[in-house]
Amino acid sequence: MTFGPLAFAAPGLLLALIALPILWLLLRAIPPAPIRRRFPAVALMLGLADDERQADKTPWWLLLLRMLAVAAAIIGFAGPVLNPDDREPGSGPLLVLMDCSWAGARDWPRAQARAAAALEEAARAGRPAAVARLSDAPQPVVFSNPAEWQGRLAAMQPAPWAPDLAPWVSVLPEGGFDTLWLSDGLDHPGRAALAAELAARGQVTAALSPRPAYGLRPATLAEGKITLTALRLPDAAGAELEVTAHGPDPAGIDRELARAPVVFAPGSGEAVATLEVPPELRNRINRFALLGQRSAGAVSLTDDSLKRRKVAVIDNSADREGLQLLSAAHYLRQALDPVAELVDGSLTDVLPAKPDVIILADVARLTETEADGILDWLDGGGLLLRFAGPRLAASDLARSEEDPLMPVRLREGGRSVGGTMSWGEPKPLQPFAEDSPFHGLAIPADVTVSQQVLAQPDPELGARTIAALADGTPLVTRKTVGAGQVVLVHVTANAEWSTLPLSGLFMQMLERLAVSARIGGGSEGAVEGLLWVPERVMDGHGDLVEPGDLGEVQGDLLAQALKDGPRGAAPPGLYRHEERLVAVNTLTATARLSPAVWPAGTVVEGLGATRAQVLGGWLLAAALALLAVDILASALVLGRMPRWSKVAAVVLMALALPVPQVGAQTAPTPDPAGDARGIEATRGVVLAHVLTGNPQVDETAAAGLRGLGDQLWLRTSVEPEPPMGVDLENDELAFFPFLYWPITPDQLIPSPRAYAKLNAFLRTGGMILFDTRDADIAGLGGATPEAEMLQLLALGLDVPPLDILPEDHVLTRTFYLLQDFPGRHTGPDLWVEAPPPDAETAEGMPFRNLNDGVTPVIIGGNDWAAAWAVDGAGAALYPVGRGLAGQDQRELAYRFGINVVMHVLNGNYKSDQVHVPALLERLGE
Amino acid sequence: MTLAADPIAPLRREAELLGQSLPALLAEAEMLAQTVMLGEHGRKRAGQGDEFWQYRPAHAGDSARAIDWRRSARADTPFVREREWQAAQSVTLWADPSRSMGFSGDAARPSKGARARVLALALGILLLKGGERVGLAGQPPRPGRAQIVTLANGLVDSAEDYGLPDASGLVAHGRAVFLSDFLGPLEGLETALTFAADRGVRGVLVQILDPAEEDFPFSGRTVFESMGGSLNHETQSAAGLRERYLVRLAERKERLTSLARAVGWHYACHHSGDLAHGALLWAYQALAGGMR
Repeated sequence: MTFGPLAFAAPGLLLALIALPILWLLLRAIPPAPIRRRFPAVALMLGLADDERQADKTPWWLLLLRMLAVAAAIIGFAGPVLNPDDREPGSGPLLVLMDCSWAGARDWPRAQARAAAALEEAARAGRPAAVARLSDAPQPVVFSNPAEWQGRLAAMQPAPWAPDLAPWVSVLPEGGFDTLWLSDGLDHPGRAALAAELAARGQVTAALSPRPAYGLRPATLAEGKITLTALRLPDAAGAELEVTAHGPDPAGIDRELARAPVVFAPGSGEAVATLEVPPELRNRINRFALLGQRSAGAVSLTDDSLKRRKVAVIDNSADREGLQLLSAAHYLRQALDPVAELVDGSLTDVLPAKPDVIILADVARLTETEADGILDWLDGGGLLLRFAGPRLAASDLARSEEDPLMPVRLREGGRSVGGTMSWGEPKPLQPFAEDSPFHGLAIPADVTVSQQVLAQPDPELGARTIAALADGTPLVTRKTVGAGQVVLVHVTANAEWSTLPLSGLFMQMLERLAVSARIGGGSEGAVEGLLWVPERVMDGHGDLVEPGDLGEVQGDLLAQALKDGPRGAAPPGLYRHEERLVAVNTLTATARLSPAVWPAGTVVEGLGATRAQVLGGWLLAAALALLAVDILASALVLGRMPRWSKVAAVVLMALALPVPQVGAQTAPTPDPAGDARGIEATRGVVLAHVLTGNPQVDETAAAGLRGLGDQLWLRTSVEPEPPMGVDLENDELAFFPFLYWPITPDQLIPSPRAYAKLNAFLRTGGMILFDTRDADIAGLGGATPEAEMLQLLALGLDVPPLDILPEDHVLTRTFYLLQDFPGRHTGPDLWVEAPPPDAETAEGMPFRNLNDGVTPVIIGGNDWAAAWAVDGAGAALYPVGRGLAGQDQRELAYRFGINVVMHVLNGNYKSDQVHVPALLERLGE
Repeated sequence: MTLAADPIAPLRREAELLGQSLPALLAEAEMLAQTVMLGEHGRKRAGQGDEFWQYRPAHAGDSARAIDWRRSARADTPFVREREWQAAQSVTLWADPSRSMGFSGDAARPSKGARARVLALALGILLLKGGERVGLAGQPPRPGRAQIVTLANGLVDSAEDYGLPDASGLVAHGRAVFLSDFLGPLEGLETALTFAADRGVRGVLVQILDPAEEDFPFSGRTVFESMGGSLNHETQSAAGLRERYLVRLAERKERLTSLARAVGWHYACHHSGDLAHGALLWAYQALAGGMR
């Protein structure tokens, strides 16, 4: 029997509720027994009548209290269950649909667990079942034994793209069936039609992840700033994330290069982050990721569009050796060298290298093959930048008709202003127009032009002018050719004609031109017709992996993926064609996240919301509490309570009522609880463990640290206080020397504030012992959920390079001499801060003179806490190993723990033993 | 005074009780009495007494023994030495022994009866020191310090619910002190007062009340019972009764005052929560004023 989310184990008992009104009448009719009181002055009272007759009935509020108590008891005994696990077992087949999209990656293990539970249930009920990955290409759905699907389900991984649901309608099996739809919560094309069709076949249950989905659009680069747009769904509350830029460091190791906050306003589904990084760094960025979001949508790969340009500078002054400063290209090379990749050689040599930009400094004459090659190159999206000069002015290029490689026609001879033989003053520049790419650049006052080539007045001249002198004569003109453009600067690239190349403005103008050279490296038109080789592809969790058996991808497929978002034929990743690199991202530049809408009749539930909650105990406890209050209240009514205690009773009754919690935390108000905690934590050495939110893991960690503390008391002069659990978000870490951090796959990523605290903790000598508790089966970087979680957690930490614990590490001899470090498991390797590369073996010593200072992290997977854990009586909580060997293993685990604590507290003074011979020698003297 | 069904056991128990409580009662009463300074109250006129009053010329009728020769030697006429007239009063004390006096609203407070006994005994001590004859109701008043023990022994409880003043031992033109809560029927008091007034006895009424009886700090459904259980009254809301109870209490006091005034007695109300000295001083002065 169910009422909404409530069900009752013994609904028959609820009939007793009918008796409540009768009970009301009875209780009302029977007043509380009077108190007998000896009182001599009763003689004066004889004959006094009560004026309020109502008082001989029980007061209504007392009645209500008792009614509530009785009702709570009745309902409590009736066995209420919240969210009962009463999904109709049904008899028809069960179809488990999984969106399997990038957005589903955020809660993939739970979705898998939910699907597995549904399959198990179907197996118990003897229902045939089928599992369909909606992100795959549609294939006929065939119902079969649920057990067959279990194995396949475990192997499923989310796809890095959004599913296309429309074709699935046609492959649904005949007949009626129930559906469990594990949705990512996003709307995908064709969802409404599919949902309607499913609803027509049977009951549809949708399971949604409670966590918000985050996505990242491809980065755009404008005026040296990288703009990133993050999306999310749902968008109710405010949220703050961080976006990180990753790329190889100079040594080629992938690192985080930059980081920026992304702040979502409440109600807003979009947030913009801007990153301003130097070009050198920017060129190395190969992807952006939202910190802590493991999904393909939260990763945005970058391609050529953010890279440094390949620039070819061509001039005809190769024969004028010794006149470096007069060289037309000198200033260009100086300016471009740090920010672009310069390609040297003649025009015919550089054209096959496909530069992004070709700069012709005062080159007038081009051979026909050269001109054709440049034109082809321009059609493909190149930028031809030409500078004027004496040669151009003297040539008859573009005199009578427009040259395809010149933006404007030129007048003969150019002009000279402000020279010794001419009238007028050198001309300054006009402020750049709004539609000019230079718009916004400040013009220094000392930039003047004394000589230039003049453009023929033309109808299109105004539109092509992107910079002009104060008198309106064009200084820079531009026209587009195919996908590329030709830009002419009407002065020389050296200081002969103007002071422009000497100013900072020249650099800025070059940067603007180069930046606008090829934005959106893989614009759709530019990829069609070519074969693209996948270099790395993304999996659903946003990790870059080898492409595997994915072959070359047709350009038109790639173009479609760039336009509408990727599909299975062209998954997100990096694709290469010759020199060009194109990134296909899960989310396109126009992507939006819209919530899925479910048709009426669909049961929508959370992934984990199916846990039934037995309420009987609570209700019975409430009944008892109410009765306790009733005792006080009756005493109050009867006047049996001395006066002074009335106040106390009222206070007690107030306490018995649920007090709404004041959740808001005002910033630095005095916090007595926090102070008490701080005092507790600084009373002595306190070992601490990070609260993961998993009660069992937290209890084990606390018990483990208690056991370790006991051993420290017994064996060493370290006498720790009882261990404490640490909530990273709210608790101060500075009090603790040592944090034990068990990793669970479902723990929450700390907030940026918590990361700041953790990093401060690590930098000031704290140590974190990460324990993945998975016996390190797969090795680090392996595929256990804990290891993946550890990688995710460690992203925000300031952790130095790590290495497998070397045999001569000080941790092997801080208290005990150890060579392996078992916990409950005997995983082989432990990772600690890597020794400096120049560590040398100390003379006469079996170990090297290693880094000074304590390793800030120790990473392993041996589940030490379980080996250490003791109950209140000091007995071990968990079995370790077997028999005597197990005892030895537990002993070694304790020894490891003691060594770690010694290492934390004493640093590596044991390493100073390298100096023992020298000290002995000095003593001997 | 003790009324008991079984003559042996209660008597013995009571004797033992008294043996324990008497020294304490005596000590308390003595201490109380010492706080009041007093002397033998002279009559401020010549008469029987030890103190010198005046010399006067002897006149006919004075016996020769009355002549003070020492004074007469200094003059021509003989002088007679007169002494101040000193007369002892008979004071009858009645401390209500009934069970209603056993009430105390608070465990820390003495019961009304205890207060009444202390007051009575202290008053008796004072009066005995003053040379008066003092006795408990029903007993002949006697002078002298030995009477104190007799007084103390006589101050015992009775089993009645409400006490009735015992006017039987009153000496004509003597003084009387009635200590009671006067919560019982007033007819007996009226009779006693009338009887006393007929014999020219004047005195004081000291009404001893517990603060609880003045405050009536009760609420809720209550059955009030007299100390002996002879009377009871049930109410649903004791708090609702308070106002009317207080009115009745005031009426009772008013009635006592008017009764006392009618027969020339003094009336005062004393609360067992207050110190006993005030009441003792008042009673003593009221008595002394009447004796003057």
